[in-house]
Amino acid sequence: MMEILIALFWLAGALFALLGAVGLLRMPDVFTRMQASTKASTLGLGCLLLGAALQMGDFGSLIRVASIGAFVLLTTPVAAHVIARAAYFADVPLWEGTVLDERRRHPDPRGEAEQRPGGPG
Amino acid sequence: MVDIVAHITLATLGIALLVSVVRLVKGPSLPDRIVAMDLVGVLVVGFIVVLAAWTGVQATLDAAIVIALIGFLGTIAYATYVERGHRE
Repeated sequence: MMEILIALFWLAGALFALLGAVGLLRMPDVFTRMQASTKASTLGLGCLLLGAALQMGDFGSLIRVASIGAFVLLTTPVAAHVIARAAYFADVPLWEGTVLDERRRHPDPRGEAEQRPGGPG
Repeated sequence: MVDIVAHITLATLGIALLVSVVRLVKGPSLPDRIVAMDLVGVLVVGFIVVLAAWTGVQATLDAAIVIALIGFLGTIAYATYVERGHRE
């Protein structure tokens, strides 16, 4: 019973990781690529961690696996946000099918941030 | 049964690593490469965790923790570099 559960978790995790990688390869844009890879790989890694925790079973590895999971769950959205922000301000071209770009309505979004003294870089 | 499943899982993760390395080499812009490198880090963490659970060597999990940390810091550093390089 436990082996079937572990097998299901590991196969689902590997499948979602592969889906994230395929999305990274086939999406047309930096932002859509990041969207695909970040979410799918987080879910895949969560499934792999659950399967590994069930397989190992002792307390020390449970703590380590839980800390990896919590860390990845916290840092992946932050990293994705920072990359998206950097890519947008570095004028990476959007996909030609993009419908809405709300930042373009403001004439110079960077000028306002640069005038603030001691603002974040 | 766990042996067969671990083989299949590790092979699939290896294919995913190869696919994301293709994007890492091909990527037209620098943020594409940063995203691909981030995904490579996450996939390597998953690979190491499955390998640790399969072989039963608990100390390997510490390496996975360190790789997750360094991957996050590297991603933040590269993103800051992209933004600041554009400003000057």
